[in-house]
Amino acid sequence: MQAQSTEARTVAVIAEMRGLEGPLLPILHGIQHEFGYVPTESLPIIAEALNLSNAEVHGVATFYHDYRKHPAGRHVLKLCQAEACQSMGSDRIAAQVQAALGIGFHETAKDGSVTLEPVYCLGLCACAPSAMLDGQPIGRVDAETIAEIVAEVRS
Amino acid sequence: MTTIFIPGDSASIAVGADRVAKAIAAELSARKIDATIIRNGSRGAFFLEPMVEVANAGGRIAYGPVKPSDVKALFDAGFLTGGAHRLLLGKPQELPFFARQTRLTFARNGITDPLSLADYEAHGGLAGLRKALAMAPAEIVKTVTDSGLRGRGGAGFPTGIKWNTVMGAVADRKYIVCNADEGDSATFADRMVMEGDPFMLIEGMAIAGIAVGATKGFVYIRSEYPHAVRAMEKAIQLARQAGILGVSVLGSPNAFDMEVRVGAGAYVCGEETSLLNSLEGKRGVVRAKPPLPALQGLFGKPTVVNNVISLASVPVILEKGAQFYKDFGFGRSRGTMPIQLAGNVKNGGLFEAAFGMTLGEIVNDIGGGTLSGRPVKAVQVGGPLGAYFPPSLFDTPFDYEAFAGKDGLIGHAGITVFDDSADMLKQARFAMEFCAIESCGKCTPCRIGSTRGVETLDKVARNIEPEKNIALVTDLCNTMKFGSLCALGGFTPYPVMSAIRHFPDDFRPRALAAAAE
Repeated sequence: MQAQSTEARTVAVIAEMRGLEGPLLPILHGIQHEFGYVPTESLPIIAEALNLSNAEVHGVATFYHDYRKHPAGRHVLKLCQAEACQSMGSDRIAAQVQAALGIGFHETAKDGSVTLEPVYCLGLCACAPSAMLDGQPIGRVDAETIAEIVAEVRS
Repeated sequence: MTTIFIPGDSASIAVGADRVAKAIAAELSARKIDATIIRNGSRGAFFLEPMVEVANAGGRIAYGPVKPSDVKALFDAGFLTGGAHRLLLGKPQELPFFARQTRLTFARNGITDPLSLADYEAHGGLAGLRKALAMAPAEIVKTVTDSGLRGRGGAGFPTGIKWNTVMGAVADRKYIVCNADEGDSATFADRMVMEGDPFMLIEGMAIAGIAVGATKGFVYIRSEYPHAVRAMEKAIQLARQAGILGVSVLGSPNAFDMEVRVGAGAYVCGEETSLLNSLEGKRGVVRAKPPLPALQGLFGKPTVVNNVISLASVPVILEKGAQFYKDFGFGRSRGTMPIQLAGNVKNGGLFEAAFGMTLGEIVNDIGGGTLSGRPVKAVQVGGPLGAYFPPSLFDTPFDYEAFAGKDGLIGHAGITVFDDSADMLKQARFAMEFCAIESCGKCTPCRIGSTRGVETLDKVARNIEPEKNIALVTDLCNTMKFGSLCALGGFTPYPVMSAIRHFPDDFRPRALAAAAE
């Protein structure tokens, strides 16, 4: 797979999704799934295939928080910073995690191990503060959980 | 044979349900015991999760909250036959948290296997759809109208009236769009339905489709809910195989099919018109109304856009009748509301009840006050765009009009509890900051006002002409409220102004506030 060009892989994703009604978001999700981010080179190929302007596709790809311009770390850690988690000390948790990992929000560790992101609600509000590590939900985050998370992303 | 229920919903997993399930499976195999493990939804008492239930001839007995390290001792105590253990809770339906609820929409959640259609039907599933198939579309719409059901997403618009508009519209295609972009902090009812009872949402959407003449539905689920996405996709696939979805719904001449679409991390897409733009593959920018989505919605076609809970409430209304549903409630707020207790609260979880309980009853009696044990300072009702209420307003009944009368809103019925360590100036600032992060950019008051709001509140915090700056924020809030197309810019003033109004001490010059203590 790796030998294939960005263009070929982009075209393959488009081919799979283009029959859908309103295919642009599913295509962008598919591209991000394929590459781990949305390569800038993919955008004009999508625009051409869907008969949209480059500006339109660029606008959509940059409007949504989920689509990355650059690859993420091997792990992605999201810390909820919304009100229910705030009421349970999410800002303190965020400061501890940032200190332990040596990175701030929207940053990736130098060794590429982890990307740290804020998220505004994971729907785990009755077991706040909450986090999500590589899609796995974590509730009632405390010092012990932080240590486990840090150990996992470093391993 | 013994059946063991271990919730598989994402909040239960977040507090260790998967590890508990693994430990129980290992123990069963080590002890050579034959038992079935079912990953049910959560009943919603998250302070007791992971709550493991054991079903025998005598019914179900609950234990919780169970840690993986408790599992061996539970087996030693004979928990498979209801043996005594410090985690023994008894019959779940008799626990005070559940005994006080009226479960209509969440009747099955936590009880059934979410992906078993047989279980769904055995617990009343599909009865509403079967009734609907025997009715004329106008009769279905009338039943929903008569039930008094109002949009559970937050706006509280009568569902039946919306459906009636779509039913009356003439078009070659119509759509049912389920808004499952549950982005409000403190809310998780939609997630629980999709993970714990997904067929109910499918049934509700199919009924909506038959009623208004739509053959295609979309569930727009936020990307922060990967477990809900998987559960809905699987349930739709099973419903198709069983002939509930497809060219002939349950053998009738009606066609209805649906698919899941995943959001991409934009809070504003919870607003119905930006959600429609997002589904169409555009930036999630708000559209001006009119035209109403009911007349020109998805791809310009007449579209019902309803919240998950609104659609999920429809099967029981059809099954038991409009009057049955309407008999619950208070004033013009009919039926039940799944209230979500969140944040710094002792008994956090989902509490479905008829409208009309007071806020104080909900927070103190049901919620048990704060988890930290400190006094309650404020509760935010209705998510990031909802007002902060002080305990002095705890006599407000939970009702759309009563909350509006106190300059607040029920929204999606999420309640975040804060103890006395909360800084309301910081919370007001966050409301503005969140609006700035999530603004779609269409309306100037929202796009620019939110950033100016953050800056101005920072000046208040730094003691720079606080009175003048609070007056400026008040004026700004007025502009945002009346100059924004949607609730993001229009309602951000609710948390900001309620914080200023009810907690003036937190907005006084910091040095003076400190000196006064």
